[in-house]
Amino acid sequence: MLNPGQGRGPDSGVAGGSSNSDPFPAGLRVLVVDDDPTCLMILERMLRTCLYRVTKCNRAEIALSLLRKNKNGFDIVISDVHMPDMDGFKLLEHVGLEMDLPVIMMSADDSKSVVLKGVTHGAVDYLIKPVRIEALKNIWQHVVRKKRNEWNVSEHSGSVEETGQREDGDNNSSSANNEGSWRSSRKRKEEEVDEQGGDDKEDTSSLKKPRVVWSVELHQQFVAAVNQLGVDKAVPKKILEMMNVPGLTRENVASHLQKYRIYLRRLGGVSQHQGNMNHSFMTGQDPSFGPLSTLNGFDLQALAAAGQLPAQSLAQLQAAGLARPPSLSKPGMSVDQRSIFSFENPKIRHGQMMNSGGGGNKQMNLLHGVPMGMEPRQFAGGGQMRVQQQQQQLSGGRAVGQNVQSSGMMMPVGGGPSMLQQQQVMLSSSVPRRSETSSGSRVLPAAATTQSVVFNNFSSELPRNSFPLANAPGISVSYQEEVNSSDAKGGAGFGNPSYDIFNDYPQQYNNNNDWDLQNIGMVFNSHQDTTASAAFSSSSSTQRTRAEHVQNHHQQQQFPSQSLNHMNGGGSVRVKSERVAETVTCPPATTLFQEQYNQEDLMSALLKQEGLPLVDNEFDFDGYSLDNIPV
Amino acid sequence: MQRQVALIKQSLFDQGYLDEQFVELEELQDDANPNFVEEVATLYFKDSARLISNIEQALERGSFDFNRLDNYMHQFKGSSTSIGASKVKTECTMFREYCRVGNAEGCLRTFKQLKKEHATLRKKLEQYFQLARQAGPKETARRPK
Repeated sequence: MLNPGQGRGPDSGVAGGSSNSDPFPAGLRVLVVDDDPTCLMILERMLRTCLYRVTKCNRAEIALSLLRKNKNGFDIVISDVHMPDMDGFKLLEHVGLEMDLPVIMMSADDSKSVVLKGVTHGAVDYLIKPVRIEALKNIWQHVVRKKRNEWNVSEHSGSVEETGQREDGDNNSSSANNEGSWRSSRKRKEEEVDEQGGDDKEDTSSLKKPRVVWSVELHQQFVAAVNQLGVDKAVPKKILEMMNVPGLTRENVASHLQKYRIYLRRLGGVSQHQGNMNHSFMTGQDPSFGPLSTLNGFDLQALAAAGQLPAQSLAQLQAAGLARPPSLSKPGMSVDQRSIFSFENPKIRHGQMMNSGGGGNKQMNLLHGVPMGMEPRQFAGGGQMRVQQQQQQLSGGRAVGQNVQSSGMMMPVGGGPSMLQQQQVMLSSSVPRRSETSSGSRVLPAAATTQSVVFNNFSSELPRNSFPLANAPGISVSYQEEVNSSDAKGGAGFGNPSYDIFNDYPQQYNNNNDWDLQNIGMVFNSHQDTTASAAFSSSSSTQRTRAEHVQNHHQQQQFPSQSLNHMNGGGSVRVKSERVAETVTCPPATTLFQEQYNQEDLMSALLKQEGLPLVDNEFDFDGYSLDNIPV
Repeated sequence: MQRQVALIKQSLFDQGYLDEQFVELEELQDDANPNFVEEVATLYFKDSARLISNIEQALERGSFDFNRLDNYMHQFKGSSTSIGASKVKTECTMFREYCRVGNAEGCLRTFKQLKKEHATLRKKLEQYFQLARQAGPKETARRPK
């Protein structure tokens, strides 16, 4: 149930001490789920004392339906781990995937394994019972962080301003007093951030425009137009004309383009690493993608990311693992792009083996190193496992944004596994195009041609242009195809950053932004898949070098562990690495990895990494104002 | 009167029946929610009674399904921890440990002890709340020294 928008919670009192200023975080809309009535009552009381708007729920199913009914009705979810009707982690995954909200887990159980599980599933925090009110006072940070990550255009720019302002969970949400203030602050921020790009600046003063949902088809159209014009030469105006989509504005396109470019860049860089990483992961781990393996890769990545460990080390590692010299990828890709990709790749949940760019350049074939056999194996047979695992993870973790659904997550797609792969494939293939990989993964901009589509095996018909994650089964499959066919997409092989192009699922949460960075990085993390991580690593490593900073940003976002899982079944591997990197660099991504593969987000994420100013951020972070523009 | 109430409360802490968490709860009490702690306690006892009877039934059945017992106990422990029922919590932990190693006898023993502690706490808290109500608005949480 949504509380009517009021800035204040039941208690009158000044939230956070601000009277005129932004009352944030008062009014934060929290959904708390716990089967223990005593705890529930206490939590509710505590949260109310923090001036949050609390909705309590004692069953996970009810919570999910509440969330689904009020897509933008909540900012954050707190859930117990042990619940009779549904495992808390499963709920965590669902929320991450479908709603892309930050989820905090809690339990009386403080064993490391459970806490780790929380992390890998994408929880933004884990509280040990008995929960103290102090712990609850700061949960708003997760909401801000998530939003921030989405918006971040550049790593540096940081939406420093953003920190102060909290964005409402949803850009589109109706306005409550708080929201209004938040939103405006957010918009302000965006403006600043976006400004860099200079393209059109959105009129932030206006309310958020309906966000454009970059569906797979739309993205494909976009990519096609871009490719026709030439990635470097494409200008929003022309793209818009070519696309000829009613209702789409130049700003939408501009913003999307910005992200796309970042993505491509990232792919370029990542592909190498991914390849390497994948290998190591793949080989190392079996489909189970034990966290261990990912951890390994992860660490590397993390290091790389964080410390900017020289990508080389990562690469070396990967190489070692892969027994291949890390090849940086794609010659075609500009370095920039590479980095973007790399960055993104890790983010891409798909983590799964990098997407071998379809065709083309093998360079980074993320999976190159990895015996293709592996991949296929993995995917195919083993892959299935992986996929399944991933899927499970995904499903468990979070329903990958609805969009992603197909990808990795429990995708109904026949090929669950394929999904994962697809993602990867998408990633890789998408490099140049990026759009293609329909598989949920937001495949990094195809820039990475080199990325070999790992999933060749699966070659499903990945919609080439579609952005990753086509939820549709076809898409998932397509991932692979894309990968294969497209010219080496940037190593995005891994879970494509969740570009929610597909947004098949109402993204409400969308804040498209989420997917940007978050998806990218995060996706991977969640997955435990080693493969994913492997793929990821390679990409991440490349990224690291370049987009270190970016990563930071992204990473934060991206590590929604959940999302990762969802995204790529295989991507998990990748994700993991990314995750690690992120964790190292940035605070655990609160975002569950936005499953929503909003393209915009992805793009933004990508862009952010690059530090490119987003062209237009009209959307606060949804990026595109148009909602679900029919393609 | 209030002093008496305070003393009783203090003794509950000193004797280990209650811990810090209880204080946390008291701090949540205010004019708008003057009986919060009592409400929570009531809810706790009601819910935990249900859990206890579940566990009892499971134990009586004779077939020791340690997993299930552990699950029940996990819940029980969670609530007990949340209200600061220290001794009860300790017994819960022990019970779970016995479950973990599959010691049925230990489970039974501990469960008896747990019920005892639970009942004792209930009585004491009831007393306390009653007195507190009589004493009128009192100071809220003061951390025990």
